[in-house]
Amino acid sequence: MTQYSATMPAPLDTAPEASLQSRLRRAERMNKLKYGALILPLAIFLMLTFVWPIAALLKRSVDNPEIITAFPQTSALLRGWNGQALPDDGVFAAFAGEMAQIKGTPVLAAAAKRLNMEVPGFRSLMMRTVRATPLEAGASAREVLIDADPRWGETATWQLLARNASPYTMRYLLASLDHKVNEQGKVVATSPEEAIFVDVLLRTFGMSFVVTVVCLLLGFPLAYFIATRPVKTANVLLMAVLLPFWTSILVRVAAWIVLLQSQGLVNQALMHLGITDHPLQLVFNSTGVYIAMVHILLPFMILPLYSVMKGISPVYMRAALSLGCPPFRSFWKIYFPQTLPGIGAGGLLVFILCMGYYITPSLLGSPNEQMASYFVAFYTNQTINWGMAAALSAILFVATLLLYAIYTRLVGSQNMAARAR
Amino acid sequence: MNPFFAKKSLLMVALTTLFAATSAQADVTIISFGGTNQKAQAKAFYEPFTKASGVKIVASEYNGEQAKIKAMVEAKNVSWDVVELESPELARGCEEGLYEKLDMSKIGPKADFIPSALSECGIGIFVWSTVLAYNADALKGTPTSWADFWDLKKFPGKRGMRKGAKFTLEFALLADGVKPEDVYKTLGTKAGVTRAFKKLDEIKPYIQWWEAGAQPPQLLAAGDVVMSTAYNGRIASAQKEGKKLKIMWANNIYDFDSWGIPVGAPNKADAYKFIAFASKPENQKVFSGEIPYGPTNVKGTAMIDKAVAADLPTAPQNMKGALASNTQFWVEHSEDLEQRFNAWAAK
Amino acid sequence: MIASYASTSERIWHYAFRMLCGLIIVFLILPILVIAPLSFNSDSFLLYPMSGFSTRWYEEFFSSPAWRQAFTNSLIISPFSTLLAMLLGTPAAVGLTRIDFPGKGLLTAILISPMVVPVVIVGVATYLVFAPIGLTGSYLGLIMVHAALGVPFVVTTVSATLQGFDFNLVRAAASLGANPLTAFFRITLPLVAPGVISGGLFAFGTSFDEVVVTLFLAGPEQSTLPRQMFAGIRENISPTIAAVATILTVLSTLMLITLEWLRRRSERLRAAP
Repeated sequence: MTQYSATMPAPLDTAPEASLQSRLRRAERMNKLKYGALILPLAIFLMLTFVWPIAALLKRSVDNPEIITAFPQTSALLRGWNGQALPDDGVFAAFAGEMAQIKGTPVLAAAAKRLNMEVPGFRSLMMRTVRATPLEAGASAREVLIDADPRWGETATWQLLARNASPYTMRYLLASLDHKVNEQGKVVATSPEEAIFVDVLLRTFGMSFVVTVVCLLLGFPLAYFIATRPVKTANVLLMAVLLPFWTSILVRVAAWIVLLQSQGLVNQALMHLGITDHPLQLVFNSTGVYIAMVHILLPFMILPLYSVMKGISPVYMRAALSLGCPPFRSFWKIYFPQTLPGIGAGGLLVFILCMGYYITPSLLGSPNEQMASYFVAFYTNQTINWGMAAALSAILFVATLLLYAIYTRLVGSQNMAARAR
Repeated sequence: MNPFFAKKSLLMVALTTLFAATSAQADVTIISFGGTNQKAQAKAFYEPFTKASGVKIVASEYNGEQAKIKAMVEAKNVSWDVVELESPELARGCEEGLYEKLDMSKIGPKADFIPSALSECGIGIFVWSTVLAYNADALKGTPTSWADFWDLKKFPGKRGMRKGAKFTLEFALLADGVKPEDVYKTLGTKAGVTRAFKKLDEIKPYIQWWEAGAQPPQLLAAGDVVMSTAYNGRIASAQKEGKKLKIMWANNIYDFDSWGIPVGAPNKADAYKFIAFASKPENQKVFSGEIPYGPTNVKGTAMIDKAVAADLPTAPQNMKGALASNTQFWVEHSEDLEQRFNAWAAK
Repeated sequence: MIASYASTSERIWHYAFRMLCGLIIVFLILPILVIAPLSFNSDSFLLYPMSGFSTRWYEEFFSSPAWRQAFTNSLIISPFSTLLAMLLGTPAAVGLTRIDFPGKGLLTAILISPMVVPVVIVGVATYLVFAPIGLTGSYLGLIMVHAALGVPFVVTTVSATLQGFDFNLVRAAASLGANPLTAFFRITLPLVAPGVISGGLFAFGTSFDEVVVTLFLAGPEQSTLPRQMFAGIRENISPTIAAVATILTVLSTLMLITLEWLRRRSERLRAAP
């Protein structure tokens, strides 16, 4: 525990005090151990249920186990192959032998699926080939394989195997930035009709930004209003902010569907007022998503703003006003700068939370409003492409972490929930 | 009682329920696609099975995602006994070792079934079909082809389609004049895929995507869309409830849903018994009466009332021009085409 | 509160501002109020005007096995995860406020981070790690992850309470012969109790409203209320959903009132000399 002594008060140099001092130091050290032991259970618990799983997920974004598991020997041989001409007979023989070994097992299916991911059609190529194994004694592996499918006579096929003959791959991370490794081993952009993730990531940031700005525009006046009321009124008004904050997100999503559907209250009101003569599409598109997201995240903006504003003394504003500064100007020059910490805290909080949203867009939006989280879930559940899910998670995670780091610098993580209150 | 002990015993009770609930039960867990399909299964299969065998059934629903099954099988900690599967998922799962290779002798004579309903790991439950459904009140005229689905002038209004490449691309090609027998051949080429997406571009702003089978009838009934792709059974259920929805059968795409047993299912013997029970013609007949999906047991087909039979995908007039979903094609291409579909839909 | 000497433009501004704030409050509250009456609608459409009064949707909720099971599951998972979060979070908060060491800031940031990391990532990550060891499709796995998501709230609220806490009281107890445990239970705990309880309420609220992690980790037997609602909203938003929503809103209102009461109580205690 020597590292802790750095924070100890400097020892006094009077001799008779020394034993007392060392006793004091020991007591302090015991104290630290005792209180450290209080933190330990939580630290271990979060290590197991949170840190470790996320670390494992991030690692999965570069994992590439399928081919080396299925064809360890072939992989080793292919790593030594120059990639120019067809590999030699030894590689063919090793490959055919290993094919025979894993015939009919999930290992083969996993390898076939992995290769099919890069070249559609590879699954059936593998399945067709495996039927030709095991080889009859004395048969040439090269001939049998090429006979089963002529593509085994092409270097491109072997290059695909060779590219995946290592335990790690950049494929998923590249793919989540709309890039891939082409047949020559160069990193190139994916074709425009398949490119999607850069757009999705930009959209994730874009939507979060818009929601944050709208929350600020709505949250600032209300927070100011509440902060300038007498305590009793302020408390009642705060309840109006806290009630939606405490209400289940799903309840609010359901409520917005009811309100915004084609015969819902909002459309009824609009038609009654003569603003429109036919129901507007307000839900299952971007309108619905933005409205609901702002509604869900607005309290996260108002509460930090309010707590900052409550601490601003009205004296300066009054001074400015009494010195003849016009109200708006004195507000802008005197009051507003003092609210900046609140704007920073609320804005970052809303932005961070918005970036990770999944439920609201998935229930209220069309494919055009789906953000990164949606695709993480999609790849996990629908296509079981866990490498892709991990890679997208990694990008989203790093972005969140960066913003969170700025946030903790700005407010200190301790204050987060205290402010959210 | 001492309040301390009261608290303690309460905790004990809670703990026991907690861990009793985690341990495996002898009940058979059956996972199927939810909604009216599941309700019909309950009436035709689950309830009579429990009555006949005394084995209780825990029924739950999913949306066809294979991730949970894969995770359970790989962890050797399977809690599902019987799963309803679509054909490509079944074929893929069978290859990947997620599903038991079925022993037909425990289920019934092979000759009783439509041959294509049987596969290594699965046995067909019913034939279902994706059709064009429309709201007769909202539409002037009657759509007669997929080209009409694309015809925004003749039939103005929004269209519902299932969010995903499967069947969406097929319908696009059919609307573009590709003959049913050439659809998968065309879709197997790059140009064919591009052609399908180009066709979809024409109506993209008018498409309302749906995910669960229960959605299209609601979208149609609420007037949110005027036409939609839909599972024929769901539309029939809505018709029963008095909604004025209609089906266009021309060039529908049909497929089987099958029972599969995940490898390591806790109650395998009962799972077999259940599948055998559900495959009996008299039970399949009840199912088809509840929701108009066609039986896979040939003897079941013979038992069905004429009125019901006309609404089944297997009825001769409905089969005319129908397209069988190509399982092999989708096993191979779901990865790249779904990716491309996502990219296209998100733009 | 507008001064009598204010100009017309100031007056207009004053009232326009009040109206704007009123509208924002309506925006915040209206959606929550709008759904409750519809749950008593006698027909099956979620539309106004209502056709009549009926409690049939509540009957359906309480008689449907799926909803009942989901409700029971929520009542198992949320309290246990809250308890776990409180048991782990409270001592950790005490430890964090009492000692300083290098890397404390980082450790605190990590302990708080479950609050900000996108839930989907937590869901997928725990799913992929828990599956091989059989913790998916189990109550235990769900309780653990829900506790991890709730723990930051306990740590932060308890820390906030402790910042105004006089640790000399503990020293006094110790000097009077109390052992540390006794001192904790007799002195520290009663004083930080409001913080612990409100942190617990936050943790409970988090778990009770959690759907994403549940989507990944829960098997059909562990489906919770929010999970069931998610499926319901996606498939068919029926008045039963409105009934569940109303029940949940009443619950959250009760939690909010409890919290507010706790906050005022602790303010009073601190204000007292």
